[in-house]
Amino acid sequence: MAEVQLETGIDREIDRSNMQVSDEIAIQITRMNKWFGQFHVLRDIDMTVHNGERIVVCGPSGSGKSTLIRCINRLEEHQSGQIIVDGTELTSDLKNIDRVRSEVGMVFQHFNLFPHLTILENCTLAPIWVRKVPRREAEETAMHFLEKVKIPEQANKYPGQLSGGQQQRVAIARSLCMRPRIMLFDEPTSALDPEMIKEVLDTMIQLAEEGMTMLCVTHEMGFAQAVANRVIFMDQGQIVEQNEPREFFNNPQSDRTKLFLSQILGH
Amino acid sequence: MSDTHAQTVAFVRDTMLPEREPPILERGAVKWMRENLFNGIISTALTVLSVLVVAWGVAEIGPWLMRSIWDAESLSGCRQILDGASGACWAVIKDRWHQLMFGFYPPDLYWRPVLTLILLFVALGPILFPWVPRGMIRFSAIYPFLGYFLLWGGSVWFPVSVALGFVAGYAALVAFRSLGTLVSTIAAIIAPILWWLIAAGTLTAVLDSIVPLGLERVDSDEFGGFLISLVIGFTGIGLSLPMGILLALGRQSNMILIKSVCVTFIEFIRGVPLITLLFTAQLLLGYFLPPGTSFDLILRVVIMVTFFAAAYIAEVVRGGLAALPRGQYEAADALGLDYWRAQRLIIMPQALKISIPGIVNTFIGLFKDTTLVVFIGLLDPVGLSNAIRASSDWQGIYWELFIFIGAVFFIFCFGMSRYSMYLERRLQTDHR
Ligand SMILES: Nc1ncnc2c1ncn2[C@@H]1O[C@H](COP(=O)(O)OP(=O)(O)OP(=O)(O)O)[C@@H](O)[C@H]1O
Ligand SMILES: [Mg+2]
Repeated sequence: MAEVQLETGIDREIDRSNMQVSDEIAIQITRMNKWFGQFHVLRDIDMTVHNGERIVVCGPSGSGKSTLIRCINRLEEHQSGQIIVDGTELTSDLKNIDRVRSEVGMVFQHFNLFPHLTILENCTLAPIWVRKVPRREAEETAMHFLEKVKIPEQANKYPGQLSGGQQQRVAIARSLCMRPRIMLFDEPTSALDPEMIKEVLDTMIQLAEEGMTMLCVTHEMGFAQAVANRVIFMDQGQIVEQNEPREFFNNPQSDRTKLFLSQILGH
Repeated sequence: MSDTHAQTVAFVRDTMLPEREPPILERGAVKWMRENLFNGIISTALTVLSVLVVAWGVAEIGPWLMRSIWDAESLSGCRQILDGASGACWAVIKDRWHQLMFGFYPPDLYWRPVLTLILLFVALGPILFPWVPRGMIRFSAIYPFLGYFLLWGGSVWFPVSVALGFVAGYAALVAFRSLGTLVSTIAAIIAPILWWLIAAGTLTAVLDSIVPLGLERVDSDEFGGFLISLVIGFTGIGLSLPMGILLALGRQSNMILIKSVCVTFIEFIRGVPLITLLFTAQLLLGYFLPPGTSFDLILRVVIMVTFFAAAYIAEVVRGGLAALPRGQYEAADALGLDYWRAQRLIIMPQALKISIPGIVNTFIGLFKDTTLVVFIGLLDPVGLSNAIRASSDWQGIYWELFIFIGAVFFIFCFGMSRYSMYLERRLQTDHR
């Protein structure tokens, strides 16, 4: 069988010098279950994420990908099993939840910027009110990250004045301003036009190159192959298969994975 | 190509004609009138009819206004000057000006309500306009207590100890923050109530005996006229907005007890006419309070009017909250903002912006509804106008008083309406 060549759309060399997976555990999920009413969304999820890992989660629509990563910062509550993030177990204890949330950044499909605040204010709000960083310092940090995502000149505009790709990069910068140790991405590019997808993926690759621990729900398989060290395939609330990307794409084990890949890669 | 052209067409103009003005019927005022006023038979008929109505109104009222009398002792004095013609007798307003403004407030203390009104505008500045220095907001925070002290007088320590109750509430909120939103919220509600019930009275008495500072006491039954309307109106507006916001949040809460209390309150208050609430304030509230406490009638009315407006505002704000996408809450949560911070910094600024027209609508309604207090015996401007007309001097005067009262209310309500439009424009940030 010929090796699958993905159309990556990524046209630069990726610097892997900082992409090291350490032994320290960032996220530990054991036998986690979640129901929406009668509906069993997540079944017996077991998963360990080490510091520095770049994981891509994929799977058919409704398989529970979003729900899984939303459990990690407690936007959804799990009903059984254990989730430990950075040494803190997620329970109904609000203090733990707050601690985890300030360590974990999240980027949403629909950006969810605050439309009544400028780009700069979007980026400084949480550092000022949650981390108690002085305003000046928060603004400097914000400008630093806005430069990193290549839109410092938009700092005083409102989100409504920016393109989708720019908004998503602001959303990434906003998360980074909290200096998180883990970043969650929930389909960050699927609300974007093709030409904007690239600029957002570039930003994400840059993050990966800096050694950020990342968990991305995405169907950008080019990104997965170029950056991820592990691809997780979910179906019907279960982790069906996980592997490093080359093996995952070339040598899928389960029939469900094969079916999914053939659909998404158009074979 | 131009050759063929020249052969097939007899005449080709080779210079541009200068631009000319459109024909008279398509120009300026004439065009505008043709399009807007005489656009078809029905439109023309309506235009003519409206012109006739306006002309008739001016012909009726114009001469009456032209013959305005400002100086007279009584209605019969006016009539004498007018000598049979019909004319407006504004002299009544001049004659009873103080009464219309202050009711029976002691004349030598008029400076107190006047100062209170001036300071009101100072206090409103930083709340209403962004260009007023932010530090002024501290004055706005103490203004309610200062205003109370100026109007009613008495010991200065009373408003101070009441104000300390709010400080106690805030301190409780901060102190219990680490125990979560629910605990800290409950603490923030209980702490000031305990303070007011237990400590405030004693503190006032003690401080007063040490440093007896105060102003001459003025009782509520001496209040009247626009003083009453403004006190009830502005206090009601100032209190009903925060209360309405809290009710709206309570109604959204997933804590069943809080939710049902809020729903019951809102539905009950909205389902009852304001006038019955006012009668309740007059008659019943006295029974529920501990015996011996004399609970001021104006205060009771303020409470009822506040409840009434708050119930409406709660529903308006709920509409604003419902219009916000869930993603806003999730983004705030994901950034680690706790409930109250998320509400204050993310949710409320957006929800209130959407709700501005509805909120201002409620405020205007509240302000005009203050005239209903006439039915429970308070002498607001309408009540006073009845009293004035019952006096022998001014018996039989109608229009002038009502026009004046109406005009004053109109100025305030129109001001609110204009301000809300300014605010909506200023907060316009979604450039779509
Ligand atoms: N709040 C909710 N209440 C009830 N059911 C829900 C809720 N959120 C999600 N679900 C259901 O749970 C299942 C998993 O949803 P989830 O959003 O995690 O899927 P997904 O894998 O992210 O899909 P997609 O690729 O479409 O985003 C779906 O069937 C969805 O209908
Ligand atoms: Mg999803």
